[in-house]
Amino acid sequence: MSVGLEHYLVLASILFCIGIYGALTKRNAVVILMCIEIMLNAVNIALVAFSKYLAEDVVLLSGQVFVIFVLVVAAAEAAVGLAIIMAIYRSRRSVDPGDIDLMKG
Amino acid sequence: MAVGTEVAFWILAVVSVGAALAVVLLKDVFRAALFLVLCFFTVAGIYVTLNADFLAAVQVLVYVGAVGILLIFAIMFTRETQHGSLFNRLKLPALLFAAVLLGAMIYTMTATDWTSLGAVAEPALEGLQEGGTGLTASIGEELFSEDGFLLPLEIAGVMLLAAVLGGIVIMREKE
Repeated sequence: MSVGLEHYLVLASILFCIGIYGALTKRNAVVILMCIEIMLNAVNIALVAFSKYLAEDVVLLSGQVFVIFVLVVAAAEAAVGLAIIMAIYRSRRSVDPGDIDLMKG
Repeated sequence: MAVGTEVAFWILAVVSVGAALAVVLLKDVFRAALFLVLCFFTVAGIYVTLNADFLAAVQVLVYVGAVGILLIFAIMFTRETQHGSLFNRLKLPALLFAAVLLGAMIYTMTATDWTSLGAVAEPALEGLQEGGTGLTASIGEELFSEDGFLLPLEIAGVMLLAAVLGGIVIMREKE
């Protein structure tokens, strides 16, 4: 069976589920951010695969353009997220999301 | 699809899944970050097998170059209090949830009849230009044309500026 759309989609879902497992279970905010990056990458693979295979005769470029926007948002998210983690680390000396309970009722 | 591309896809797929698992399972945060960089590299390779060579270059520049370095910086700054990357008490429920989600996603993606939605087994690459530029020129036209994605592109630029300013403001020492 030759490699087709389904293979890329299954690869993307495997990576997405690994990312979601890490994001839910880790006790280090930096590692949670890393797992979110894995999830974004998985979605990007699915978008590029759709843009290659879901077209009758020409290559639809909308999927690849969407990936560029996802990349922009991911870069902004990494910058702001890491700045927040460092600010919290400076005031509380911890990067464990379980310790950050200021807004807990 | 050519045989070489298929072999490349299988190697890249296995390495990327292994690297992602290493990111989640390793206790040493620094090694996890290095495996994340490896995962980004293999995803760039997967873009190449999908004829998205511009995206592969951008992936290496943005993810490996910028996000990877940023993450390693953050790990080094917060190293004193870390006792590695441990699991919280949601370990088993989250594993169950991820497994169920994975099963549902794989079932959906293999059971859907993509050909009825317009999928083709061997897409024609008419957008490819001669001279080896691939789809890069077409992406540029799509991004910067009036009836394309010009307005979202400008908004993305403004959002990046806001993110940079926000990062500086959050990180600044309080007087």
